[in-house]
Amino acid sequence: MAGENSSDTAGAADIAVRPLSRRQFLKRMGAAGGGLIIYFSTVDPLSWARTPRTGFLGSNIPGDFNAFLKIGLDNRVMLYTGKIEMGQGSMTSLPQLLAEELDVDYEMVDILLGDTDLCPWDAGTFGSLSIRHFGIFLREAASEAKGVLKALAKEHLKIPASRLVTRKGVVFDRAKPEHRVTYGALTRGQVIEKHLETVPPLTPPADFEIIGRTVPRRDAVDKVTGAARYAGDIRLPGMLHAKILRPPAHGAKLTGADIKKAGAVDGVQVVREGDFIAVLHEHPDVAEAGLARIEARFDRPVTGIDDKTIFDHLLKSKPKPEIASTGGDLNTGQRMASEIVEETYYNSYVAHAPMEPHTATAVMKDGKLTVWASTQTPFPVRARIAGRLKLPEDQVRVITPYVGGGFGGKSASQQALEAARLAKRTGRPVQVAWSRAEEFFYDTFRPAAVVNIKSGLDRSGRMVLWNYDVYYAGQRGCELYYDVPHHRETVFGRWRGSARKNHPFGVGPWRAPANNTNTYARELHLNLMASKAGVDPLAFRLMHLTDKRMIRVLKAAAERFGWKSGKTPGKRGYGIACGIDAGTYVALMAEVDVDTGTGNLDVKRVVCAQDMGVVVNPDGAKMQMEGCITMGLGYALAEEIHFKDGEIFDLNFDTYTIPTFSWLPKIETIILENPHVPPQGGGEPAIIGMGGVLATAVYDAVGAKLLELPMTPDRVRKAVERVKS
Amino acid sequence: MIETIRFRLNDKPVLIRGDGERLLLWVLRSDLGITGPKYGCGIGACGSCTVLVDGMAVLSCQTPVREIDGSSVTTIEGLATNGSLHPIQKAFIEHGGLQCGYCTPGMILTAYSLLSENPNPSREEIVEGMENNLCRCGAHVRIVRAIETAAREMGGGKK
Repeated sequence: MAGENSSDTAGAADIAVRPLSRRQFLKRMGAAGGGLIIYFSTVDPLSWARTPRTGFLGSNIPGDFNAFLKIGLDNRVMLYTGKIEMGQGSMTSLPQLLAEELDVDYEMVDILLGDTDLCPWDAGTFGSLSIRHFGIFLREAASEAKGVLKALAKEHLKIPASRLVTRKGVVFDRAKPEHRVTYGALTRGQVIEKHLETVPPLTPPADFEIIGRTVPRRDAVDKVTGAARYAGDIRLPGMLHAKILRPPAHGAKLTGADIKKAGAVDGVQVVREGDFIAVLHEHPDVAEAGLARIEARFDRPVTGIDDKTIFDHLLKSKPKPEIASTGGDLNTGQRMASEIVEETYYNSYVAHAPMEPHTATAVMKDGKLTVWASTQTPFPVRARIAGRLKLPEDQVRVITPYVGGGFGGKSASQQALEAARLAKRTGRPVQVAWSRAEEFFYDTFRPAAVVNIKSGLDRSGRMVLWNYDVYYAGQRGCELYYDVPHHRETVFGRWRGSARKNHPFGVGPWRAPANNTNTYARELHLNLMASKAGVDPLAFRLMHLTDKRMIRVLKAAAERFGWKSGKTPGKRGYGIACGIDAGTYVALMAEVDVDTGTGNLDVKRVVCAQDMGVVVNPDGAKMQMEGCITMGLGYALAEEIHFKDGEIFDLNFDTYTIPTFSWLPKIETIILENPHVPPQGGGEPAIIGMGGVLATAVYDAVGAKLLELPMTPDRVRKAVERVKS
Repeated sequence: MIETIRFRLNDKPVLIRGDGERLLLWVLRSDLGITGPKYGCGIGACGSCTVLVDGMAVLSCQTPVREIDGSSVTTIEGLATNGSLHPIQKAFIEHGGLQCGYCTPGMILTAYSLLSENPNPSREEIVEGMENNLCRCGAHVRIVRAIETAAREMGGGKK
């Protein structure tokens, strides 16, 4: 931090020394080697917490700062977090937060992630919450620790607290800087209980030295050398690979299976528990060959539900409406409107398709189960395994090594339970690594969804009515931020909760859940309205906005893009979309060539401007924006699950197309500094506008309304035909 | 049928006895404990399992181990020499050409093969050469930049 922190953190009292006793502490010593921890004890560990620990995200987060960090004899600091690293960069940015608040060099901070025995409880890595939610608790823990260190230094240096200054892991006397003691020396040789009655305030953004600085990825060397270990790279003596019999369709029931031939393969072990049949071998390909010899019969459902009839099916069993936001009176808006525009928008099921399929390795030793899992939610997975296998939670340890992509899909983590179950049953270490087909089959897809918007313009060309119904996607991003006096946004079913049972297979959160659907529908509809009003789409948005953050990102994107009013010439179109996700404001503009003959869209250029509050690691944030834009091309243009009667037809990358190098537009990202807002989400926001920005570009280019995602060549051709006729 | 297959793996001799039809990916990962090559699709559609056979990129999930008898196999673990990273590895770090990292070994080895054949590729040639390697995180723009930088570092490349 800029300057030196000399605030008196007194109120510190009761320094006591006591022997090592705490279980977690001892475990850490064993796992991480030497170093010492400042042991902090209070009657009520939550009493000092300034930020309340509430709700399912927060109520189990420890109040004791020792749960988050440990200062070693060598002055190195270990950061413990239940978050995981799946490429989003938390292992690089979280140490920036800790180093800033504790006042140590960034390079002195190490990090240990996703180990349920060693790390503080955490709900999981999702929702772009690692920085904006967990980061607050981490910073408070560091600030508290620094206060305790200063109180210890006061005793040690025997000077008044007002003269104490910290700087890069050292506490010294302001009047006599050589009179100093390091953090490591203060904690050496003892475990200290100490209580601060007041938590020192967090460093203000103006004083940030480490937050806001681009630092290189900590995982990069591991990942370019092959040293990075994923759950499937764990090798244990005597380990077996398991391949599990799967039904051909969701809803299919096993009616009979002959497992004899599988067991005849040399070295193969077969486990059968009812419908659960697994073939195990020391080599995965041999286990697979054994599985192929099982003759299984299934009763398959005939539902008639496929990717064409799904929308009728879903709308037939309309979930209970919840009003997300409302203002004014819809009837009044209807009366004021001289023009009404009503459209219905659709999007298909979309897969997460991380490059690493779900994998877990489990071993049971002396009654304790250890599971290495590719999961976004190690602590909930621990609870699930303990519950299902009837083990106490402290007899289950989930360790999350590097995760090969998640995007919301690695939360259910069925594979971890399967590996745990087989390890317990066989007494051997067992690895369950899903095939790509299993990965698609058991994916919790982004739900198919429908949005109906009825909106109205008055004679002056202003929007006066906005009646918005979203089915099955969910609430996130549906609330209108345009100024419309009479509006209502109603949510019929979400990606979570009871509406899930209406889908023929699993659905769940997919990068910025609900918001991709909501932003696509809203932003395309905005352009239809602008066209009706005869106003440029950017100007139309700006005339309905008072939110300064949104105006700022739109103007920044327009300036970089070179947005020009008026119809673009020929078959090239300009697209525009904006939105809010995870507290971050984002505006996108794109240039797209439409081939009306083939229906192919060639995305030439995408500009993205983002206000994410205080930025922790600017280059890391840009990587996430680029990743969002690239991944977003997929759901906008091509990605779609085909299915019938519970059978999934897209089970690999031969038919399920994800963006490749040749799709790349020129991508330009702009991050707008905003020191007045704490750090907001970064992993998801930029993806929300990709459907909208490309659909509005096509509308601009050829006047075709793409009312369904993805915008496949076939759908583009048909939409162009509708314009002609 | 039990066969004996000999090859060099990251500059060390290896002898395998077994079914020559088994795929190189599983022999490397399971029998030999070399986990750099990753399983991503099993049908040769994603490039995660890419290794070098006599210096050229090969999909190990599509290669019976019999076919590499007498060859020299390099995996990502064997690319750095004497503790010094290869220029392609350095360029991936410098440009942040990775996120989750799962596709990265395949990306780097495919780039190696591409630059061996064409030390001076245009951007279009890089895109074409990398087209069959999938990345879900969207690190593509930085991977392209990294390969351009590596080409320059290695003496070729557009100046």
